This record gives sequence, structure tokens and C-alpha cells, in this order.
Amino acid sequence: MRSDRGQRAPLGLKIAAACGLLFLHLPILLIFVYAFTTEEKSFVWPPPGLTTQWFAVTWNRPDVWEALSLSVRVAAISTAIALVLGTLCAAAVSQTRFFGREAISLLVILPIALPGIITGIALRSAFALADIPFSFWTIVLGHATFCVVVVYNNAVARFRRTSGSMIEASMDLGADGFQTFRHVVLPNIATALLAGGMLAFALSFDEVIVTTFTAGQQQTVPIWMLEELIRPRQRPVTNVVAMVVVLVTLLPILLAYYLTRDGDQIAGSGK
Amino acid sequence: MTIAAVQSNPAPAILPGSGGMRGALSDLFWRRPKLLLLLMLLPPVLWLGIVYIGSLFALLAQSFFSIDEFSGLINREFTLKTYGDLFQAANLDIILRTVTMAALVTLASAIVAFPIAYYAARYARGRWKALFYLGVMLPLWSSYLVKIYAWKLILAKEGILTWLLAKLHLLWLLDAWLSLPIVGGNSLSVSFTGTFIVFVYVWLPFMILPVQAALERVPGNLVEASSDLGASPGQTFRNVLFPLALPGIVAGSIFTFSLTLGDYIIPQIIGTSRLFIGQAVYSQQGTAGNIPLAAAFTVVPIVIMGFYLWGAKRMGAFDAL
Repeated sequence: MRSDRGQRAPLGLKIAAACGLLFLHLPILLIFVYAFTTEEKSFVWPPPGLTTQWFAVTWNRPDVWEALSLSVRVAAISTAIALVLGTLCAAAVSQTRFFGREAISLLVILPIALPGIITGIALRSAFALADIPFSFWTIVLGHATFCVVVVYNNAVARFRRTSGSMIEASMDLGADGFQTFRHVVLPNIATALLAGGMLAFALSFDEVIVTTFTAGQQQTVPIWMLEELIRPRQRPVTNVVAMVVVLVTLLPILLAYYLTRDGDQIAGSGK
Repeated sequence: MTIAAVQSNPAPAILPGSGGMRGALSDLFWRRPKLLLLLMLLPPVLWLGIVYIGSLFALLAQSFFSIDEFSGLINREFTLKTYGDLFQAANLDIILRTVTMAALVTLASAIVAFPIAYYAARYARGRWKALFYLGVMLPLWSSYLVKIYAWKLILAKEGILTWLLAKLHLLWLLDAWLSLPIVGGNSLSVSFTGTFIVFVYVWLPFMILPVQAALERVPGNLVEASSDLGASPGQTFRNVLFPLALPGIVAGSIFTFSLTLGDYIIPQIIGTSRLFIGQAVYSQQGTAGNIPLAAAFTVVPIVIMGFYLWGAKRMGAFDAL
């Protein structure tokens, strides 16, 4: 029996926890203020004035749109590939026990456990050895590889909670394997897959370290931002793009959270 | 459907097979579950095996090649010379600097993460619990580059931090800190202090989550029992809470340590011109074109993480993940 309900936290702990959370959130909120500043050349605080003109300027920048379109296409295709591979792997690992099961889960987790620069340079040197020119598909190849783990984690957690006897019952009632998958397995894992897919999308949309090695001259949104951080051209435009990126990644995370919050394991804890 | 309709058409006790290709396939999978398993595993294993493990081996193989210093061409013969180059003073410096930074960042993240994790695990309930969870999850998933950019805004000489310190009449403190050797610099955004703060900020959520998971499993009455037996809060923390939270801290430190070891973007944007391992790898493979040395450099974090994971496993950190 736990006896810790309804207790009050010591004041020091409350302050420390609140400061920690503020430390996590204030810098991101700051981005929202800077998107409206009238200052062009420096990061001066407080902003000398507020304006919305930079939104229009950003809207008319073709390079921003191109980067956004590439990022969305890469994230969509990588997510689709990761959904198929991650679900297959999770189904195999959670439904049956076989020799080498541990090795397979390690294989899935490895791309995210090792530092991204290793994945990146490994892919780049493999492309160089095999004479593969950089293209849309080289970016997808890298992204899909580390997105598999996100889908896999979500699907495995759901499979663990889904009782195997439901599948047996479906088979006993005369459904064949495909019908069982369509009418019993899929509805059970659908929200977990949706959550995993959104997290995979967010992960791919935001990835920069592996992408710098696999993109060549192409620019995704993070690569565009990195370029602006190293060699700033128009700082206010960067501010606006940064704010939009925060908003765009916020939505899938919130949705993924609401889709899986009833479970014992919530999506996103395994980035 | 009415009852009569059902009765007039009773289902046979044993249904006929669904027939056709689909039925045959379904029956085959039922009879041979191993075949289904194989077909399910084949695509992911092939993908990860070829794309990922294949590339890793291609990289590791290249660390045994060497570069011809005069022509700049890569000499594809087995040699350990490239690994020898790692032990040059300049390269050892880079490795030492990175490992020190990773250790400091890990320590600081653990200290900042603990109160948040402890409050969320023991005191937050219902709505507050969800709020805490999202409060950690949103910064974890927000864009990595935007977070770095936000700190560039904060740490810039004309930025908000200088403004705040000026308002508090504490600018002398900042100037004194910046005039220190090693940690100081022209402004915070071009100093090791800046690099350190940003590392802690970016990896902090990775520490909070496992520590919270470990603390959730500590029954509250254990803490009460400790104070009933006369322990001061400090003693309770040292002898009860901390040992029980340690596997979680070690699990979190795997992330903070490994991520700091491999990162090359944060020190490039906020930091000095002195390199970290990630930057060394990047410049060796890019501008210098010395892929063998870059490959040998990547082996360093792999080996360090290998030892780290081995130690973490012995401390039971994987049960806390």
C-alpha cells in the first residue's frame, strides 16, 4: 500500500522542479518573441519594436518553400517505410520466441543508440564506395533506418498489451490469417502505429546530423537552418522559420501523446 | 437479420477453406509459422543489415586504410598507422576534451534532472502529472536546431542574458567569469561555458525520463520509514533515494554521454575554435578528405560507449530504461 498520497512537497523541491521546467521552456518561448522583432542585424534584447512584416518576407522566399517541400516528402516516404519495417519487426519479435530475437531488437535500436555522426559518415562512405550519387533517395535511406526504431518501440508496447488469445479466437471463428490481420490485429494496433508514425515523421523532419552526410547539395529545412546559423543571410527570416518549425513539430507530438496516453507506455519516451 | 433467416441458413460446423491463392497462403502460414516469421523478419533485417550494418563495416574497414601524405590518395592496404595517428598530441587533446565535456554535461544534467523527476514521480498527480510529462516531452521533441538557435539568441553579447545581468547589476560577475582561462572567452556564445550550457539544455530531457521511471518504482513509505527511523532529509537522500535512483541516472547518462560524444553541431555553433571528436570526424572526412582518420576517430566513441554500456549493464541500468 502506498502511503504517499495527498502529501505536500517541500518548498525547496518545488522551486528546483519549477526552475528546471522553466529552464526547459523559456528558450523556446523566446523564439516566438524574436519572430516579431524589427531588429535585422543583431540579436539585441529587448526588441526595439514589433512587426509582422517578416512573415510576408518569409512567405515569398522560394528557398524556404523548396526546403520545406523536400523535408515533407522525405519525412512522408521515410515514415511509410519505417511503418512497414517497424510493424513487421515488432510483430515477429513480440508474437514468437526464436533464436536471435535479442540480436534483432539490438539491430533495430543500434542506429539511434550510436551517435548520429557514426550513422551519417558510415552511410556516406558506403555511398562513396558503391558510387551512389546523392539524391532524394539517399536521404530517405538514412532517415528510414533510424525511424524504424520509433515505430518498433510503439508497436512492441502495444503488442505486449494485446492478448494473443484474440487472434486464436478469430481463427477459431473461421477467419483466415488475412482476415484476422485486417479485422482483429490492425484495429488493435492502429493508434500505436499512428502515434509511431507521427513521431517518426517528427524525427525525420527535424534530423540534421545524418542528413548533412547524405544530402549532398540538397537542402531540407534543418539543413537550411544550419546554413543560416553558420552563415546568416537574413536573420529575421531565420527567426520566423524557427518559430514555424517549433509549431509544426509540436502538433504531431501532442497528437501522439493523446493517442497513446491510456497505455502503460506512452509514445515518445524512446526518442 | 431476423432469427428465422439465421435458422434457415445454419452455418456448417466446419467452414470450408476460403479457397483461392489467399486461402492457400493463409493455410500455409498456419501450418508453417516459421515461414511466416521468416517472411516478416526478412524485410527489416535485410534493410538494417544491408543499409546500416553494411555501411558500418564499410566505415570500419576504411579505418585500416591509410592516406598517402603526398598525393592525398587513399592507400587500400591493411595498416594500423591511422590508429597510431590518433595518439598524436593534438588528437589525444580532442578526445580528452570531448570526454571531459561529456562527463561534466552528464553530471550537471543529473543534478538538474533529479528534482524535476522526483517531483513528477512522487508528488504530481492527475492533471499535474500529465503536465509534467508533456513539459518534458515537448522540449525533447522540439527541433534540435531551433533549441541551439534559441541559445545563440540568449548567449549573444547583446542578448537577453547580458541584459538581465545588467539589470541586476551583476555584469562584473559575467566579465570575471569570461576572463577566466579555458571556460571564458569573448562572450558566452564563443566559450566552453556556452557549449556546456547548451549541451545540458539539449540533453536534459533524456536524463529526466529514465530517472523519473526509476523513482516511480520507489514506494513512498520507504522514504517515510527512513525519516521515522530518525534520518534527516539529507541522510534519507544519500542512503535511500539516491541508491534506488542510481540505475535510472546511469540509464540517462548513457544518452547524455553518448550524444555529447558524437555531437558536432553544438560546439560548431556555440563554442570556441578548439575541436570536439564530432567536429574532428566531420572536418577529416570533408575538407581534409582523410576518410581513414575520420573512420578511426569514430571508433573512439564506439569503444568508449562499449565500455560504458558494459559498466551500465552491471549496475542494472537496462532494467530502468
